[in-house]
Amino acid sequence: MQAVTDHLTHATDDAAEIVMSVEHLSLDFHLRTNVLHAVRDVSFVLRRGQTLCLVGESGSGKSVTARALLRILDKNGTITNGKILLRGKEDEIDIAPLTERSKELLHIRGGRVGLIFQEPMSSLSPVHTIGSQIIEAVLLHRAMSKKEAREEAIELLRQVEIPNPDKMIDRYTFEFSGGMRQRAMIAMALAADPEILIADEPTTALDVTTQAEILDLIRRLQVSRGMAMLLITHDMGVVAEVADAVAVMHFGRIVEQGGVEDIFHNAKHPYTKRLLASTVKLEQSHLERDEAAAPEKAEPVLQVRNLTKVYGSATGWLGKSTFALKAVDDVSFDLMPGENLGIVGESGSGKTTLGRLILRTVEPTSGAVAYHDADGQEKQVTELDQAGMREFHRDVRLIFQDPFASLNPRMTVRQIVADPMIVSGTHRGKALEQRVAELLELVGLDPLTMERYPHAFSGGQRQRIGIARALALDPRVIIADEATAALDVSIRAQILDLLLDIQKRLQLSFIFISHDISVVRYFCDRVAVMHRGKIVELGDAEQICTAPVEAYTKSLISAVPNPDPRHKRMMHRTRFTAQG
Amino acid sequence: MTVHSFIDDELETAPAISALRTGEAVETTAAAGQWTLIWHKFRQNKVAIFAGAVILFLYFVAIFAEFLAPALPEASRPQFTYAPPQAISFFATAEDGSTQFLPHVQGYTQTVDQASLRRTFVVDDSLVVPIGFFVHGPKYRMWGLFDTDLHLLGPLKSTDTMYLMGSDKLGRDLLSRLIYGTRISMSIGLIGVLFSLVLGVTLGSLSGFYGGWVDMIIQRGIEIISSMPTIPLWLGLAAAIPITWSPLQVYFIITLIVSLFGWTGLAREVRGRFFALRTEDFVTAARLDGSRERRLIFRHILPSLTSHILAVVTLALPTMIVAETALSFLGIGLKPPVVSWGVLLQDAQNVRTIATAPWLLIWPAGAVVIAVLSFNFLGDGMRDAADPYES
Repeated sequence: MQAVTDHLTHATDDAAEIVMSVEHLSLDFHLRTNVLHAVRDVSFVLRRGQTLCLVGESGSGKSVTARALLRILDKNGTITNGKILLRGKEDEIDIAPLTERSKELLHIRGGRVGLIFQEPMSSLSPVHTIGSQIIEAVLLHRAMSKKEAREEAIELLRQVEIPNPDKMIDRYTFEFSGGMRQRAMIAMALAADPEILIADEPTTALDVTTQAEILDLIRRLQVSRGMAMLLITHDMGVVAEVADAVAVMHFGRIVEQGGVEDIFHNAKHPYTKRLLASTVKLEQSHLERDEAAAPEKAEPVLQVRNLTKVYGSATGWLGKSTFALKAVDDVSFDLMPGENLGIVGESGSGKTTLGRLILRTVEPTSGAVAYHDADGQEKQVTELDQAGMREFHRDVRLIFQDPFASLNPRMTVRQIVADPMIVSGTHRGKALEQRVAELLELVGLDPLTMERYPHAFSGGQRQRIGIARALALDPRVIIADEATAALDVSIRAQILDLLLDIQKRLQLSFIFISHDISVVRYFCDRVAVMHRGKIVELGDAEQICTAPVEAYTKSLISAVPNPDPRHKRMMHRTRFTAQG
Repeated sequence: MTVHSFIDDELETAPAISALRTGEAVETTAAAGQWTLIWHKFRQNKVAIFAGAVILFLYFVAIFAEFLAPALPEASRPQFTYAPPQAISFFATAEDGSTQFLPHVQGYTQTVDQASLRRTFVVDDSLVVPIGFFVHGPKYRMWGLFDTDLHLLGPLKSTDTMYLMGSDKLGRDLLSRLIYGTRISMSIGLIGVLFSLVLGVTLGSLSGFYGGWVDMIIQRGIEIISSMPTIPLWLGLAAAIPITWSPLQVYFIITLIVSLFGWTGLAREVRGRFFALRTEDFVTAARLDGSRERRLIFRHILPSLTSHILAVVTLALPTMIVAETALSFLGIGLKPPVVSWGVLLQDAQNVRTIATAPWLLIWPAGAVVIAVLSFNFLGDGMRDAADPYES
C-alpha cells in the first residue's frame, strides 16, 4: 500500500513532505591533542509522518548530529560547513548560522523540534514535580493560562499512557519507574506540539519489555500527530521495528542510506553488511550442536543450592523486623565442565548479585555453593577461609561489564595482566613477560602494545585485556557479568567468538550473566531466566528462546526486537502482567 | 521514498582526526603514564602555571637568601631609623657636567625635629651611592658551609647603605630581612605540611579502607579536633614553650603546633577517595586476583590518590603560612632574632609606625598575600588536573 501511494504522489508531494533537510553538515571538535572531524558531509531529510533511523556504533557521530540540529553542542564543537533547513508551518529557516540564545533558536528548541534523551533519570529534575516540568514547557511555547497549561499537561500524560494522570502530575521524578520517566519525557517533548521529534537512544537504558512499550507509544503518537521523527539508535532490531528510512553512520559519515527494506535486504556498503551480519549472527546459536561431545556422567564443577541473599532484613532499633528485599531467592543450579550457562533477566532481577554471591564478594544470607576442583575434591565455598578463597578465586574468575572501570588506568597493560601472576607467584621475570605476551596473543592483541596504558585502547580491546587477566591463572570457570553489554554489536560478536574459541582450547565453563537474550542465545548451552530473584525457567538455550514455557519468559522473548523489517516481532508480543 | 544511496569506498578503520595546527603531527598519548597526562592537562591552566613560577621563585629566594640579600638582617644603623625606600637611578651627572651611565641610589640628608625628636629624611641629589651586581659586602657563612662576602646586588663600597624597601626602627634593611624571612616562612609551611601529610594519609587510609568502627573512631576524633577553637589553643600551646629554648627548637615546636590541626582536612579527603575507590571495579578485580590488603592499598589505591593528595597538600600550605604569620604577629610564635614574615609584621602593629613608615606593613603583608594566593591558584590547578582519566 505504502509503496503504491508513494509512487503516485512522488512527483508532486515529495517536496512538500520534507520538514527538515540537512545538507552537507560537517562538525569539528577541538580536543586536547587533536581536532576530531566528528561529522563529515552529512545530508538527510526528515519527512512528515515518517521515521528516519540514524544508526551507528559508539563514536560514529550520530548523537552529535542530532544535537547539532538543535545547536546544543559542547563548547569545543563547531559547525564548519552545511545547512540545517527547517521547513513546515512557518518560513524556511537555516538553523546552522543562528546565533546562540537568539530568539529564533529558542523558539525552535522544544517549540518546533522536540528532543528525548537517553537517560530519563538525569534529564528530569528531581526537585520539581513531573507536572510542573511539563507545564513549564507548555507555558514557554504556547499562549495559555496556567490553568489551561495544567489541563494540557494532564492530557499529555494521558496520551503517553500514564495511568491516573490527574494524580500522577503532582508526583516527583523518583516516584516514577524508568519507563514512566521516559513517558513523562516524551510528554514534555510533545508539550509544544512540535513538527519534529528527535529521540536519542530513547530506550537504551530500559529493559526489553519496557523498550517495546515505549517504542510502541512513540510510533503511535508519531502517526497520530503526523510528526517527523529522527530516531538515533545502535540497535538494528529497533531500526527494523520502527524505521521508514535508515541512515547508517560510520566515523562521522553516512555510509549508506535508503528505505528500511533496501538497507536490510540489499545492503551495499561493507560497513552496513558487517553490522547486519553481526546482528543476525546473534540471532542463532553458535553451535552446530555436537550433543554427543558433552559427557553426561561428568560431575558438575559448581553446584549452587538454595542460594539466598536478603537485603535490609536486620532487625530495627526497637527489635521490629524492618523492610527486607530478597535480591536472590532460593536459587539452585549445576554448572557442568565445559558448559556455558546463561543467566538472563531484566534489571533488578538479581542476576548480578547471584554472580557476586558465587564469588563471595557479597556474602550470601543462606544456601551453599559446592566447587569441585581439578583433583576432584569438593569444597564448600561458603565455608572457605581466606587462603581457601584465594585458591578458589584462582580457579573461578570474573570478567567485568565495564571495560573502562575494570582496568586500573594508572597501570600499563603488562602490569595489569601480570598482576594476578605476581600475586600468586606463578611466574617471575622473563617467564612472566613471556606469559603476558602469550596471553595477549591469545586474546588477539599485539604483544608489542603491552607497554601502553588502557586509555590507548578501544572498549573492545580493553575487554580483551580484561579477558587476558581472567585467563592468566588457568581458571576452570569464568563468570562473565554483562561482559559484552558495554560493547558495540560488531565488537560484541567478536568478543563472544573469542570466548568460545578460548573455551575450546582451555576447557572452560562459563556462567554468562546478561540482559541481552540474543547474546545468551548465541553463546550458551543452557539458560536460566531470572525474575525478581527467582529462577523462573531453566532449560536448553534453543528451547527457551524459541518455545518458552513460562509466561514471563514468553513476554521477555517476544519483546526482543527482530532485526528484520519483514518480521516485526515486537508488535505482536505477549504481555506479562506481574501479580503482586 | 528515500533514495537508496551509499558511499562506494573502503571501510574506514579510525575516526577522522587532524592536528590542532596545520603542519604538526597528531600527538599520541598511548604510552603516556598518569603524570604525563596530568601535566598535559595542568599546563592548559595558565594562571596555575604562573602561580607555580611565583612559588618556585619564592623558594629560590629562600634557598639563596644570604646571597640575594644586600645586607645582613641584623646589621642595624641607628642613624637610619625608619629611612624611606630609595629608588634606583641609572644615570648620574658627573662633576664635569656630563651625564654618564652609573646605577646608583640617592642618599639622604636628615633633619631632626627638636621638639618631637623625630627624624625626617630628604632625598639628596648630590649624594650618590653607586651600586652594582656581584659586589663584596658584609661577610656571611653560606648555608653554614663556607665564608664569603659576595652579594647579588649592593652598594659598591661596603660601608655605604642601600634601603630599596626602607628600613625599620633600628635602621635594618627591610629588603634583606624580607628575604631572610622568606626562608623561614616558606619552609615552616613545608615542614608543617609534611607532618600533616603523614598523619592525614595514614589515618585517612585506615579510616577509608577498613570503614566500620575504625572509621567511626577516627572520624569522631577528627571532629573533636576540628571543633576546637584554634587561636586560643595555639596561644595556650605556644605560651607553654619554655623561654630558655633556642630559636631553632621554638621553630620546630611551632611547626608542630601549626600542623596539629592541618591534617584533619587531608585525612577526610583521603578517606573519601578511599571510599570511592574501594568499590571501583579495578580494585575488586585486584582483590579477586588474590591481592592482599597491603598490596591493594599500596599498589592499586594509593597510586590513584597521589595526584589528589599533592593537590590537597598544596592547598594546605597557605593555611600553615598564615597560621605561622598569625602566631608570630601576636608575639607568641617565632621571636627575634629569627626573622619571618610574621615577625616583620610585628613591627607594624601600631598606627604610628604605619603612619611614619607604611613600608613596614606593605612589603611583609604583600609577601604573605602573594605566597598564599600563588599556593591557592597552583593547588586549584593541580586539583583540576589530578584526575586525567575523567572524560
